[in-house]
Amino acid sequence: MAQKTVKFYQVGSFAVGNRLLDPEVRTVQSERTRPNALTSGHRACQGCGEALGARYVLDSAMDAADGQVIVVNATGCLEVFTTPYPETSWQVAWMHSLFGNAAAVATGVAAALKVRGDTKTRVVAQAGDGGAVDIGFGCLSGMFERNDDVLFVCYDNGGYMNTGVQRSGATPPAARTATTEAVGPEPGNAFGQGKNLPLLAVAHGIPYVATATVADLHDLESKVHRAMGIRGARYLHVLVPCPLGWGSASGDTIKLARLAHQTGLFPLFEAAYGEVIETTTIRRLAPVEEYLQLQRRFGHLFSPQPRPDVIARIQAIADNNIAEFELVEATSSKEES
Amino acid sequence: MLREIEGSRAIAETVAFCRPAVVCAYPISPQTHIIEGVGELVKMGRLKECEFINVESEFAAMSVSIGASAAGARAYTATASQGLLFMTEAVYNASGLGLPIVMTVANRAIGAPINIWNDHSDAMALRDSGWIQLFAETNQHAVDLHVQAFRLAEELSVPVMVCMDGFILTHAVERVEIPSQEQVDRYLPPFRPHQILDPAAPISIGAMVGPEAFTEVRYLEHTRQLEALARIPELAAEYGKIVGRARGGLVSPYRCEDAETIVVSLGSVVGTIKDVVDAMRDDGERIGVVSLTTFRPFPELTLREALASAKRVVVVEKAFAMGARGVLGADVDAAVSDRKTTTTTIVAGLGGRPITEASLRRAFGEAIRGELDDFNFLDLDHRVVDRELERTAADPTIPPSVQHVLRDVRASATRVV
Amino acid sequence: MFQVRFHGRGGQGVVTAAELLAIAAFYDGEHAQAFPSFGSERTGAPVVSFCRISTREIRTRAPIDEPDALIVQDPTLLVQPGLFAGLKSDGYLIINTTKPLESFQLGGVVTELPRSHILLFGATEIAVKHLGRPLPNAVLLGGFAALTEVVSLPALVTAIEERFSGVARAGNVAAVSEAYHQTSETSVVSSQEGSNSAS
Repeated sequence: MAQKTVKFYQVGSFAVGNRLLDPEVRTVQSERTRPNALTSGHRACQGCGEALGARYVLDSAMDAADGQVIVVNATGCLEVFTTPYPETSWQVAWMHSLFGNAAAVATGVAAALKVRGDTKTRVVAQAGDGGAVDIGFGCLSGMFERNDDVLFVCYDNGGYMNTGVQRSGATPPAARTATTEAVGPEPGNAFGQGKNLPLLAVAHGIPYVATATVADLHDLESKVHRAMGIRGARYLHVLVPCPLGWGSASGDTIKLARLAHQTGLFPLFEAAYGEVIETTTIRRLAPVEEYLQLQRRFGHLFSPQPRPDVIARIQAIADNNIAEFELVEATSSKEES
Repeated sequence: MLREIEGSRAIAETVAFCRPAVVCAYPISPQTHIIEGVGELVKMGRLKECEFINVESEFAAMSVSIGASAAGARAYTATASQGLLFMTEAVYNASGLGLPIVMTVANRAIGAPINIWNDHSDAMALRDSGWIQLFAETNQHAVDLHVQAFRLAEELSVPVMVCMDGFILTHAVERVEIPSQEQVDRYLPPFRPHQILDPAAPISIGAMVGPEAFTEVRYLEHTRQLEALARIPELAAEYGKIVGRARGGLVSPYRCEDAETIVVSLGSVVGTIKDVVDAMRDDGERIGVVSLTTFRPFPELTLREALASAKRVVVVEKAFAMGARGVLGADVDAAVSDRKTTTTTIVAGLGGRPITEASLRRAFGEAIRGELDDFNFLDLDHRVVDRELERTAADPTIPPSVQHVLRDVRASATRVV
Repeated sequence: MFQVRFHGRGGQGVVTAAELLAIAAFYDGEHAQAFPSFGSERTGAPVVSFCRISTREIRTRAPIDEPDALIVQDPTLLVQPGLFAGLKSDGYLIINTTKPLESFQLGGVVTELPRSHILLFGATEIAVKHLGRPLPNAVLLGGFAALTEVVSLPALVTAIEERFSGVARAGNVAAVSEAYHQTSETSVVSSQEGSNSAS
């Protein structure tokens, strides 16, 4: 039998997709002819979760829409590192307007297409957590409320990273940022604040809401595909670790995204018209420490003075998510909360 | 068709004839009747192929317009005052991106203190934004300017603001000739964007521009605006041929040919000034008035020509630069600075203060006799102001109080005029 | 130029009255400008509106300081100081009321007006009769037209037909016509009474 050298494109995770898989089950990313909506040459940091997430999402969207996609991008890391004039690393029709108006600009694009009778071209708006949760929230809520035909994607790395890692409404409790320093009696970001934008999206009753991370490519792509098959306002919230802002190793990005799910801190779910319809159960439950200790933004919880009390509060948040979303298969020893 | 109609309604019908594809609606006094009018025309089916979107803020209104325009749709919205300021970031974004959006600004004062009445502080606050700014003297003028605005914007890829005095014009019922759909179609061809978001030919719009290129980009924007100075009169003439009525252009002089004193102003107050000019001319005074239809770009050369015979220029404006002097006044002063012409600025009508013929006549007389300062406030109630200044001088920890002023002026809803 | 000032309360159609008059003047071939005293017109608060009529183009936007006519839709406003401010000494005064003039004890400029320039009549009652609702704004214009002859009845009717629809249209046309004819006849009578000639 002739021998053939087979190259495996595994990178130590399930992220890229296995070429030995049945073609129907392969990811868009694993295709050599994938769109590369975001192509190489951009200026993102090594290990940037957002660059990864954006390529995953938009390639998937383009695949679902036969390449007929227009992208509206808010100000932020993604916009800045992809378009250093006179270069662009976007291979898709793309527009950047302002920080807070991506949803509104996308509404305008969708309206222009509708008036022309163009039902094939689809609109995707994207922003970081700052541009979605905070400054972009008004326009986002307006787009939801009108049920405009836009898929809005939030790449959530829990802070204003482009401007130097400042706290946003999506920054998790206890995290150190430039505006929530790890000093004083309550180091890091305060507990009892923050917006849960996925749940807020669900509360608007829009046709489709989903959360995803860059750790599970199949899951992310299938959610994008499902979203692209629906008309009306849709929201996708993608957790994208930021090595710089999180103080994590650039090679840990996917591992951290997976741990966020495995601890219960970032529930993976889908919702439609105000109801949660699907959740992803956690197969290997992890304690929050495993996630936190890989990030220097939580370093103050471990040294010089360990703060098991704070870690316990974070664990309580995770436990609450697990209970609320039923993320762990019920066993006989589990009590109903 | 000649009609006796509310200004807002006339604008709504005119805008509808311009076939906008996307109209964004967010209400603010005194623009509400315009946007409601357009909405009604869409719902009734008289304005077809138009998406009328009720947005959640003025910032959204301009942002939706930006997206629509970038995707190749003719976009329109209207606002005033606080709304214009709320969308300021997007206003600059639109001009920076070269999107030919047309917007009606129903001029209204900016708070605090909150004031819903007419003055020009809103338009003046955005005068450097890169938008072309046109000012209407009458509702007829406003109708004609809107049609020309769409053509001008799309030809130059520069957004255009058509300013009309809030309440004074928007809520006045008067005689207006609205062009027909056929006339507008002859003048305004379908929108052909210079740039467009198109998956078939993908481009990236809105990249960051660094120090090495920003100056050149801004300079080119500036030259675009200056190109408008040549195009505006040509487009006005073309429009005039179609509707049989000349109204547009850069400036409109009235009885200036041999005038020693020339008043320069913007907007509806020009009508009142014309009546004063006629009365003073009857008394032998050589006085005229120049109305600026185009404020941005500033028609410096054309204005200089119109002011050629003037020994003195009196600027009447409904705004001013806090802590400095006039806004229009500064531009006019600069335009004639090389001549021996004296210029004096009169700020009038702030926050909707009525401008009477008697007051103007008195002020112009004082200007002619050299009794005015360089910078003046018409009909300032010195009694009230002096009393308040005395009060605060006695105790510097107390800032001037709006309450005291209001009480002293004793403004009330029952007061006539 | 003929300048009219309307006084009423928010919700009584004072602004519409000024607009109807302007539209009527337009149909008579005149230039006309109508505008409200711009404000947050809350129901029940005093409201003022204005109308200028001229054979020539109206350029001024100044407020009407010296009206040729006042139309008072709501007599409870008559106690307001300044309501009559600027009214010309040979101006017209029209008040919506069934009470006699003397009962209001109006002094000042009112006493200088020619008696034939003052018209009091129950426009509200006429409105109720034809419209079923106490909306006297258009009705008062009928009296105004007959008294001053500044606009014609046919023009008023055309303006009403353009502005209103349904019951309001037919009702207002009927009401305005009644007010007009009633005023004409009364004027004829009072001018006959006031004249020295025997007829």
